[in-house]
Amino acid sequence: MCTSFLSELMLGNQNFTTGTGNAYKAALYLVSATVDAATTVYTVTGEVSGTGYVAGGISVTNGTSPLSTNSTATAGTAYWTPSASLVYTTVTLTTAFNAVLLYNFTNSLKAVSVHTFGSQTITAGTFTLTMPVNAVATGLIRLATI
Amino acid sequence: MIVTTTKGDMDDSLLEMREGSLDNDNETTTWVEYWMDEELVHRSAHVRLKKSMVLSAVAASF
Repeated sequence: MCTSFLSELMLGNQNFTTGTGNAYKAALYLVSATVDAATTVYTVTGEVSGTGYVAGGISVTNGTSPLSTNSTATAGTAYWTPSASLVYTTVTLTTAFNAVLLYNFTNSLKAVSVHTFGSQTITAGTFTLTMPVNAVATGLIRLATI
Repeated sequence: MIVTTTKGDMDDSLLEMREGSLDNDNETTTWVEYWMDEELVHRSAHVRLKKSMVLSAVAASF
C-alpha cells in the first residue's frame, strides 16, 4: 500500500464510488524500478515501455463501490476490488517487469497501491492481471479496524 | 488457431508452443510461448493475484 493513500483517504481525495467517483488507472513497472510504499503519485520513471503500451497504463474498471462488513461489535472490514481483470492487449514488453501501480487518474495521479508478482516479459502477446475475489477476506484493498 | 507473433499473424501449426506455470502464496501465473526456429515470436502471461493489501484503522481509546 502506498502510505500517502492513507492520508489521502482521510482528506477525501480518493473516491471509489462506481460511476460518480474518481477514475483509476494501472501502470506497469520494471523490475529495476522503485515503486513501493513511498510512492505518492504515478511516475513515468521506471514504467515499462514497448510496442502497444501507452505510458500511464490502462483504465481500471470499477463496477462495484467499496463495501463493508462488521465482524464483531467493535470491528469490521471495508474492501474494494477492480471489477475486471487488467488486460494489456497485443504488447511487446521485452524488459522484465514485476509490479503494477494503481493510481487516481482524476485526482492529481495520486498513488493507491503497488502490487508485485513474478517477473514477466511479453512478446507480441497479452498480459492479463486478474484480481482476487471481491470479498471481505480477499478484496484487493481492505481497510480493517483493529 | 491464429497466433499474433513478431512476424505477423501465424497459424500455430507452424510454431512450437511452450507453456509454464507458477503458483505461490502471492499469485497463480500461467504463460504460453510460441517459438519458430528457436526464436521467441510470441509470449503471453496471465497473473492471478491472491493477496489483499490491508490497511489497519485504529481509533484511540479515551
